[in-house]
Amino acid sequence: MTAPVLRVAHLYPRLMNIYGDRGNIMCLRHRCEARGIGFELTELGMGESFHGDAYDLVFAGGAQDREQRGVAYDLLATKAAALRAAVEDGVALLAVCGAYQLFGRFYRDASGAELPGAGVFDLSTEHPGVDAKRCIGNIICEWQPAGRRSRPEALPAAIVTIVGFENHGGRTRLGPGARPFARVRHGFGNNGEDGSEGAVYRNAIGTYVHGSLLPKNPVLADAVLAAALERRYGAIELTPIDDRAELRAHAAALRLR
Amino acid sequence: MAPRTVAAILAGKLAARASRALGRGGGTAIAGLVAARIDSDVIPALAGQAAHGAIVVTGTNGKTTTSLMLSRIAHAAGLRPLHNRSGSNLMRGVAAALVQDATAGGRLHAPSRTLAVLEVDEATLPLIVPAVRPRVIVFTNLFRDQLDRYGEVDTVAQAWQRALTQAPPGTTLVLNADDPAVARLADDAPASARVLYYGIDDAGAGGSAEQHASDFRTCLRCGAELAYDVTFYGHIGHWRCPGCGNGRPAPAVRVTAVGVHGEGTRMTIVADAPDGEAPLTLCVTLPLAGLYNAENALAAAAGAIALAIAPAPIVAALEGFRAAFGRQERFHIEGRDVEVMLGKNPTGLTQVLRTIAARPGRTRLLFFLNDGIADGRDVSWIWDTDYELAQPGAVWVLAAGSRAEDLALRLKYAGFGEDVPVERDEQAAVRRALRETPAGETLYVVPTYTAMLRVRELLARREGRAAHWAGGEEGDA
Ligand SMILES: [Zn+2]
Repeated sequence: MTAPVLRVAHLYPRLMNIYGDRGNIMCLRHRCEARGIGFELTELGMGESFHGDAYDLVFAGGAQDREQRGVAYDLLATKAAALRAAVEDGVALLAVCGAYQLFGRFYRDASGAELPGAGVFDLSTEHPGVDAKRCIGNIICEWQPAGRRSRPEALPAAIVTIVGFENHGGRTRLGPGARPFARVRHGFGNNGEDGSEGAVYRNAIGTYVHGSLLPKNPVLADAVLAAALERRYGAIELTPIDDRAELRAHAAALRLR
Repeated sequence: MAPRTVAAILAGKLAARASRALGRGGGTAIAGLVAARIDSDVIPALAGQAAHGAIVVTGTNGKTTTSLMLSRIAHAAGLRPLHNRSGSNLMRGVAAALVQDATAGGRLHAPSRTLAVLEVDEATLPLIVPAVRPRVIVFTNLFRDQLDRYGEVDTVAQAWQRALTQAPPGTTLVLNADDPAVARLADDAPASARVLYYGIDDAGAGGSAEQHASDFRTCLRCGAELAYDVTFYGHIGHWRCPGCGNGRPAPAVRVTAVGVHGEGTRMTIVADAPDGEAPLTLCVTLPLAGLYNAENALAAAAGAIALAIAPAPIVAALEGFRAAFGRQERFHIEGRDVEVMLGKNPTGLTQVLRTIAARPGRTRLLFFLNDGIADGRDVSWIWDTDYELAQPGAVWVLAAGSRAEDLALRLKYAGFGEDVPVERDEQAAVRRALRETPAGETLYVVPTYTAMLRVRELLARREGRAAHWAGGEEGDA
């Protein structure tokens, strides 16, 4: 049997790159290569169309409001319909901060202007205005990994902490078609009020946590990897790799306030 | 001068003296804080006395070095520079520099020869411009830095636009043509302002490496993605907009050739003469490495030219320049060379790492990552910083500071190994690094801002030189 290959699409890597989100791609590549899993990266920018069959995982990161405006219309014109179909089909997706907002139904910016979203998640985001405080700071939340779809008999896994940093003006509210990704232990999360952080729909995760997110949350990184590979290769047992530096960084971040 | 202003100046001077007597450093910031609290007219009342006016330097990276260069140039030109040193660049730092120079009666010591040379924090510019009414404002560049403080880079760009609406008539804006976010400030300038562009024309100074830390990718006029014929680093280069035809303006002061010269830089600066005469040519051997320092020298030269200072003192001051506080500053400790290079954001630090990589021989590296307010609480920017550049020559590395574990993880990804050692305590880290560096070898210390303040004090103590410079190191970053 040939070794599996993870095919990743990184959307707008040049325009949506403000909070070190490149670390997430570096992390996925490292965790594949350490296990002999192939890694293929395709960067898709403005004007380039997206074909769901070609990828196992879609990633997009954070941007400033100005870049977000340009990206929003390009997303709708060239990628949104295919993205929605791919997520329905079980393709894994990770959207951080600005991309998380753009993958909802709409984003109303600080000036009140409404940007249409890609509609991957049933949620909407509103910026309460230029004078409102941004949600900025270290964030710690609690995530309960879902059982594998291929092993419905498996018990839900234990609670896992997620650590990182958030910096967003918009406040996000989930609709009935999305459930929160995690519960906030320290920080703001979606809106600073209801204790929810991020959103999950099928194999798609949206979150405000950057830092970068995946390198110091290796359990999450492997869950994303496993979900991405499962659709084409079935359940793959990911062999343990040396995570000492990762777990030290995670433990240190748990002490931050 | 209003009696209240005189009283405020006196109170500021007393506060500085008390602070020094208590051993709390140079007392700069406290003097300004006290004086400015008592009377908001202190800055205009004192700055207005400088017969040669004020030149203000702002931007994300290079403002400390550029303003220090301008101060040395002014001195070489026979002026008396009144300079807020080493990062005391908020309102209180500027007030402090002015108050310390004034007599108890509220007069500058030699107003007829004085030129105020002020380094100003990006977000403080809208307050400083109406207070000091500068003749010249030099903008270096605009990068992401302390996003947890400013929210977005665009917030800073908007603050600059606001500041320019308050510029006095006839102000000269000295703008970096290679930075699209700075070059476009000409669009916001009042009609009476003069604009002087500077830039690097030498395309050979550009790199081919992909720029991971690039903060302005789209045209500020039309929103299209910018194209580059040459990229120097980050979003600095020969840019143009395929959407609206907006592009890099032709610089009046330009570097036509730049190259490495020993541990420094040799550069040729050409400046258009104002009245159609032959252009001026300045050949400078700068005792600092790195393209970013060539840019600092270019910005300083352009600022000096805007002040109508002649070429000879510009060249003399740049060639005799000694590094600013923690910016390629060197220490000699028991036979070892220690070089401190501040790295506080992805663009700046990547340039520092490139500079270290260009040094011959094996390197020992002590990296610090702090997450204090002045550093930025968010450390995610290390993932956009190319630590990989410094890995090939490295024989020893230590990750230090309050976020040492995050740094060690990033260094693992950069190829420094699974077990990069970690040390949170600054003093312990410096001791360990010196122990690991044999006599005759060089230790490179690369700290974020708050770590730099502490580390260079520790190194100065080990070297046996006075830890506090005149002006002190209690900066605001
Ligand atoms: Zn344009």
